[in-house]
Amino acid sequence: MMEFNFKIESGDFTNAGSISSSVKRALKQLNVDGSVIKRTVVALYESEVNVVAHSHGGEVVVNIFDDCIKINITDSGPGIPDIEKAMTQGFSTASPEVREMGFGAGMGLPNIKNNTDDFDLKSEMGVGTVLKFVNYFKA
Amino acid sequence: MAKVAEIVEKLNLKLVAGNEGLQNVITTGYTSDLLSDVMGNIKSQSVWVTMQTHKNVMAVASLKDVSAVVIVNGYAPEDDLIEQSNAEDIPLLVTEDTAFDISAKIYELIK
Repeated sequence: MMEFNFKIESGDFTNAGSISSSVKRALKQLNVDGSVIKRTVVALYESEVNVVAHSHGGEVVVNIFDDCIKINITDSGPGIPDIEKAMTQGFSTASPEVREMGFGAGMGLPNIKNNTDDFDLKSEMGVGTVLKFVNYFKA
Repeated sequence: MAKVAEIVEKLNLKLVAGNEGLQNVITTGYTSDLLSDVMGNIKSQSVWVTMQTHKNVMAVASLKDVSAVVIVNGYAPEDDLIEQSNAEDIPLLVTEDTAFDISAKIYELIK
């Protein structure tokens, strides 16, 4: 088993995608199926952007097992008031500046769900959000 | 199917960075300015046509194995996007054309 830990700073768009890039490299070295790598990278990239754009900062813990990759993304708030709404395609609370960069289309969380095998999102206002997802490697 | 070098030459695109990727193969394309849309829908070996000029463009392009990025309307790519293009060996091209026009021209070449 391999474990990686990363920190994400709030507002740091310049480095958004760097964690996904590291994980992509690791999965390639392990000869994981290309379609699994693609799905994992999409989900992780969107997660990175979410923490940068919407939270006070957070961390990512990646665990790679023989048969799957488990990723936990935890941020330190402010939290998602209505998860069902946040999961709706097209709904976004992103600022105008963030939208101008081409983010905030309300596609992030739906993209994450569509590209993961197990998906679990919990949030508590004033505490933070925890997103856990798992992708299984095909034999 | 075409190589990046061919579309650069035939469509008179300005090669700003990422020269090492000129032999990348282009089999299809995607035109969008929404990064999540591109993240979710672009296919590998695509040419990506966009008006976005910041560094995150290369993050998405690299993660999705994009063959080249074309910036439209003559917009100037930001410095850190240029740097990243060289680091990833993904050609960064600029055209004076609109997204509609250049997409149509590329389509004609690769269909």
